[in-house]
Amino acid sequence: MPATPASGWPQARLHIVTGKGGTGKTTVAAALAIALAYGGRRTLLVEVEGRQGIAQLFDSPPLPYKETRVAVAPGGGDVLALAVDGEAALLDYLDMFYNLRRAGRALRKMGAIDFATAIAPGLRDVLLTGKVKEATTRTVGGKRVYDAVVLDAPPTGRITKFLNVTAEVSGLAKVGPIKAQSDGVMAVLRSSQTAVHLVTLLEEMPVQETIDAIVDLTASGFPVGAVFVNAARPLLLPEADRSRAMAGRLGVARIAAGLELAGLDSTLAKGLTAEAVAHAQRFAVQDESRDRISELEHPTYELPLLAGPIDRADLFELADILHDAGVQ
Amino acid sequence: MSAQAPAPLMTLDVDPLLLDPRTRIVICCGAGGVGKTTTSAALAVRAADAGRTVVVLTIDPARRLAQALGLTTLDNVPRVVEGVGSEAGGRLWAMQLDMKRTFDEIVEAHSTPERSAQILSNPFYQSLSSSFAGTQEYMAMEKLGQLRVTGEWDLIIVDTPPSRSALDFLEAPQRMARFLDGKMLRLLVAPAKAGGRAYLKVVGAGFALFARILTKILGAQVLTDVSAFVGALDTMFGGFRERAEATYEMLSQPGTAFLVVASPETDALREASFFVERLKVDKMPLAGVIVNRVHRSAVPELSGQRAEAAAEKLAGMGDQDLMAAVLNIHAELMYAGRRESRLISRFRKAHPDIGLHEVPALAGDVHDLAALRAVGAALAG
Repeated sequence: MPATPASGWPQARLHIVTGKGGTGKTTVAAALAIALAYGGRRTLLVEVEGRQGIAQLFDSPPLPYKETRVAVAPGGGDVLALAVDGEAALLDYLDMFYNLRRAGRALRKMGAIDFATAIAPGLRDVLLTGKVKEATTRTVGGKRVYDAVVLDAPPTGRITKFLNVTAEVSGLAKVGPIKAQSDGVMAVLRSSQTAVHLVTLLEEMPVQETIDAIVDLTASGFPVGAVFVNAARPLLLPEADRSRAMAGRLGVARIAAGLELAGLDSTLAKGLTAEAVAHAQRFAVQDESRDRISELEHPTYELPLLAGPIDRADLFELADILHDAGVQ
Repeated sequence: MSAQAPAPLMTLDVDPLLLDPRTRIVICCGAGGVGKTTTSAALAVRAADAGRTVVVLTIDPARRLAQALGLTTLDNVPRVVEGVGSEAGGRLWAMQLDMKRTFDEIVEAHSTPERSAQILSNPFYQSLSSSFAGTQEYMAMEKLGQLRVTGEWDLIIVDTPPSRSALDFLEAPQRMARFLDGKMLRLLVAPAKAGGRAYLKVVGAGFALFARILTKILGAQVLTDVSAFVGALDTMFGGFRERAEATYEMLSQPGTAFLVVASPETDALREASFFVERLKVDKMPLAGVIVNRVHRSAVPELSGQRAEAAAEKLAGMGDQDLMAAVLNIHAELMYAGRRESRLISRFRKAHPDIGLHEVPALAGDVHDLAALRAVGAALAG
């Protein structure tokens, strides 16, 4: 596995994690946030889609709109989490720039906030990414509050549009505070402070989406970080028997003899052989996918398939694997 | 497994559903990544092979699946899929939704060329038609309505957009219609029409303040664009809300069937649960639930534990690597299958009256019609 020593993102502090639906991007984002907190560092894990996926993973109550500690990393690091929602972010914004928190609440009752974020679809994304940028660059007493911020971002199909806030609002706002805000966000997102990571399974469709997303992200000027291969299965067959299985020459008789030796019913041989062949076929798809990923020439980290559903302990196990592979 | 006699399980059989001439629309919905698009395509091929005149509306098919359906150009109209059908007259058409184009076409169909040019070039319209949350869902509904009206197909199978939540497909069109027809939008653009005092009297100071801030944040140009767009819409056609409601109404008619697609994982089944409940509340015709990618052993009589124990025993004998591996592969499959059946039986308990069908995991990806037919056969059980 080509885990480059510099981990592929020497200066990145904002880690944006995307992937096709069902690839486990929230799991990978959470494991990454823990891995980056090893040895007394402090990280923030952010979600923006209102799914409360982080709370479910960490088995904690729904996250409030407030940075909350969800885990302590090995060696004493802090992992905080935040669920940003568009409405709260707009209220924050109104408060910050117009001192309007109370009026904002009244407007929310009228449905006006919902409306404002609806009328300008880009506005919501600017506010969400704006909050992430704020946390990334926040300092107290001249010191960064977070060593790293990990964003559980929208899926690959929407990621470039989501990050491309300037383009989204440019048709809407040519001047004014939102324009200034989006330009500020964009400057951070396109800088070496940011790395956009892609999560994929070793299957054709997620790999294709990963490849397409990398092309789009690169064309829009976003720095692509690593590819995280999730849920990789180990090859259980001996290497020598693998090609035989693929060619359908595993030998039912051989398996039947083995079954007898193990004290099992030899008539099961046919079914078990078919399972072994299917295993070899799946593995071939994995290998093909891995080859396509390595052609991308981005640092790649591989995480094993865990017996689901994923829980807190699994997150620490995955974080350990990432840490050992050089993620820091 | 408990010793109690299991309750009779409700099963879903898609063949009677697909073959019944009264079934006119099948909507496949569910969380992202559960195989909705493949399921829709496989059902469509199966129905056409069985003699029906079918069109499948896909949203964002994977490249090879699109190729398998002959969808090489994205032109927003159904194209015949060669090699599908029967002597009984079955045919299959397939199309991929282009949401912006669909929106443009609605505008063009309902206004003069001059007026539609004006709308199409409006910046607010452009952002609305390409990036408004819910536009894709709305346009999928709209396209479905259009296909239905032509009467060219006796079965329409619809794949739903990869939303954050499966419920978006039902909610987004109405939300968007409410927005476009909404009071708020009209109030906001009212100053341009009424102006000053009269406006304040109608909406109150709170809203006026909000409008002012919105103008400040977004810039005056935005509201001018919105105002122009709404003005143009007014004269265009009888309201977005009525349109969305008519389509929604169509969906609740007999002849429509919702299929909820899931995979045997916690998140996907949770989404499926939400969707099933929502369809019930809305009295929408739910045909059943399809659980894709279920791991199933060909040798269920050999338990995972026994296989694993035997593998260990063989490992001690030497020269039995292959046999030990074969047994471990089986054990892994049995354990995965057991986890999945637990999740599925929990779902069944929560929804005892819903038919459910489990589809075994495929070893490879779907590349051609033969593979789609195999998926179709598995869907039919």
